[in-house]
Amino acid sequence: MAFTAFASDTALAPQQEPTKRGRVALLLLLPGLAYLAVFFLAPLISLILTSLQRPAEFGDFGQYEYAFNVDNYADVFGAYGGHIVRSIAYSSAATVAALLLGYPLAYFIAVTLRRWPVWQGLALTLVIAPFFISFLLRTLAWKQILSDEGPVLGFLQLVQVLPDGARLTGTDFSVIFGLTYNFLPFMVLPIYASLASLDLRLLEASRDLYANAWSSFWRVTVPLSLPGIISGSLLVLIPAAGDYVNASLDFLGGTGTAMVGNVIETLFIETGNYPEASALSVILMALILVPVAFYVLFTRTEDLI
Amino acid sequence: MAAPSKPAESGADLELVGITKQFPGYRAIEELDLSIPAGSFFALLGPSGCGKTTTLRLIAGLEEPTSGRILIGGSDVTGQKPHERPVNTVFQSYALFPHMTILENVSFGLKRRGVSDYKVKAIEALKLVELDHLAGRKPSQLSGGQQQRVALARAVVNRPALLLLDEPLGALDLKLRRQMQLELKTIQTEVGLTFLHVTHDQEEAMTMADTVAVMNRGRIEQLGAPQELYELPRTAFVANFLGQSNLFTGEVLEATDALIALEVGGRRVVVPAARAARRSGQVTIGVRPEKLLLHLEEPSLDGVNTLGPGRVVDVSFSGVSTQYLVAVPGVGQIIVFSQNLVHGAVINRGATVWLTWSIEHGFGLEDIAETRPHFDDEASAPGLPGVVAEAV
Repeated sequence: MAFTAFASDTALAPQQEPTKRGRVALLLLLPGLAYLAVFFLAPLISLILTSLQRPAEFGDFGQYEYAFNVDNYADVFGAYGGHIVRSIAYSSAATVAALLLGYPLAYFIAVTLRRWPVWQGLALTLVIAPFFISFLLRTLAWKQILSDEGPVLGFLQLVQVLPDGARLTGTDFSVIFGLTYNFLPFMVLPIYASLASLDLRLLEASRDLYANAWSSFWRVTVPLSLPGIISGSLLVLIPAAGDYVNASLDFLGGTGTAMVGNVIETLFIETGNYPEASALSVILMALILVPVAFYVLFTRTEDLI
Repeated sequence: MAAPSKPAESGADLELVGITKQFPGYRAIEELDLSIPAGSFFALLGPSGCGKTTTLRLIAGLEEPTSGRILIGGSDVTGQKPHERPVNTVFQSYALFPHMTILENVSFGLKRRGVSDYKVKAIEALKLVELDHLAGRKPSQLSGGQQQRVALARAVVNRPALLLLDEPLGALDLKLRRQMQLELKTIQTEVGLTFLHVTHDQEEAMTMADTVAVMNRGRIEQLGAPQELYELPRTAFVANFLGQSNLFTGEVLEATDALIALEVGGRRVVVPAARAARRSGQVTIGVRPEKLLLHLEEPSLDGVNTLGPGRVVDVSFSGVSTQYLVAVPGVGQIIVFSQNLVHGAVINRGATVWLTWSIEHGFGLEDIAETRPHFDDEASAPGLPGVVAEAV
């Protein structure tokens, strides 16, 4: 995974001459490159071309022809700007929530349970266990639990935390909750990986050097687990931003919670407005590239120091 | 952050009162009392597992004693957290923060205590260990010896009342270790702090420390100046851990105010009463291998003890000296170090020899040497086994 980029302190490998070994390496790379070309590059080009299409001049409804119609982008920005903002807000909130929940969990498994490997293994299995059940089923189950007749809402109303008539499903809360729940393991695992290699003697050294527990945590533990925090955050943020299950009406969402993913789904599958759907996809992809670019820049500089 | 303690201008004394540390399943430290005067270089010497590192961790606050009290400069720190104690440690693993530069590592403790001119002080400390030119590097870019010096600077810069050194030279090669020993000693003299050095290397302890405490199985066996410990060990463990010894066990024949005589291998062997701990019954006495002289004919000298005749079973030339192994019937194998004053080995293997040593070089132990001496693989003398009275 990406966080290993931080761990290596080796210098740059010496430049390989184009020898026989180099050719073998190239040969071994070929399947991967071919895969990328067929299943990533080609669809991407197709997507970009589609996003520039315009309605066919004398065609039927839903017929488009290739053009250079940049207006599609302006149109979707105007029409779905709110959805884009909401997607960013939801996915960011879910990332923060997953970090706040995931870090203590990862710390507990990696550091506190270090002396008991059996319990550590069991705890890790429990983190991964939800994957054994379908993503859709789990989200549906949460819909039941959070539903108007469900136990959670009933209890919250009973203790007067929520007023009568309040709802949980269909709210911002339930969508962010669903995103957090579904992507939590992607936060926990990378942080666990970087905390598992944390040398606890460094914490002793920090305590010995007049740092209290809080200060040791911020100045030693957090910086040393930063690679895990960053990769975990990206692994949650990216799929959460494009998610269209949690926010849909069939699951935890409501009429006012649609994210970009839901819009794209509707445009592609229901409306058949391929150019606008594609344009929105390209915008979403570009937005996601921003944090990734920061990540790459960050790892680069870290490696060079 | 509240500064827990002011940087010390000079070292403070350390006192351990009745410290016991019980781990699940075993007792690491047993009723330990120890007092280290301010400004001294104190070495805690012992084999691995003897409790010396645990003692250090208790003083640093990284472990809590089961019972007993720890006083630094007269004030009780037993209940204090590590960051509240005026103590810094140079860890065996160095434990440098990998994500910080050398300068950041060294200024870490100063910053936590809110020292404003931390940068100046950190550079000064780095100058002391001659590494100020590497201040901007990361620990992984430094060699082992340089990392060790950074670890030292990071601790010394805080001017702790007490500096703890946990085998910090263990990972270095011999040449670098010798060099660092001298540097450490110099730094200790320069800054005037109290140093508590834990090591299993008896040579390191003897060259560096003013006072050495030999620790075994959670207790201090003997404490004193290096020379005193070497010349007059009180227990079989100290006699064999600190250098090598020839130990003989026998029945006391006569005990006067001046002398104690016992029977070893059919001969009468004498130890000054002042150098003997026991005066009756079975007694173990010892003599250092370099104090023994070899004779090809039976000597008749006054003021010496004589053993023999024995047979030379092994001769090994080691440059400065030659090491002989002599088997004496009824006594066992005896090690003799002979200085190569003019030329190499003069006595061949198989030769019949007598051994003598001046009466005042012998020492009488408090305990009886076990037939099989407690011999740790970390003890300094590889090759030859500790010598005890054993019938050949």
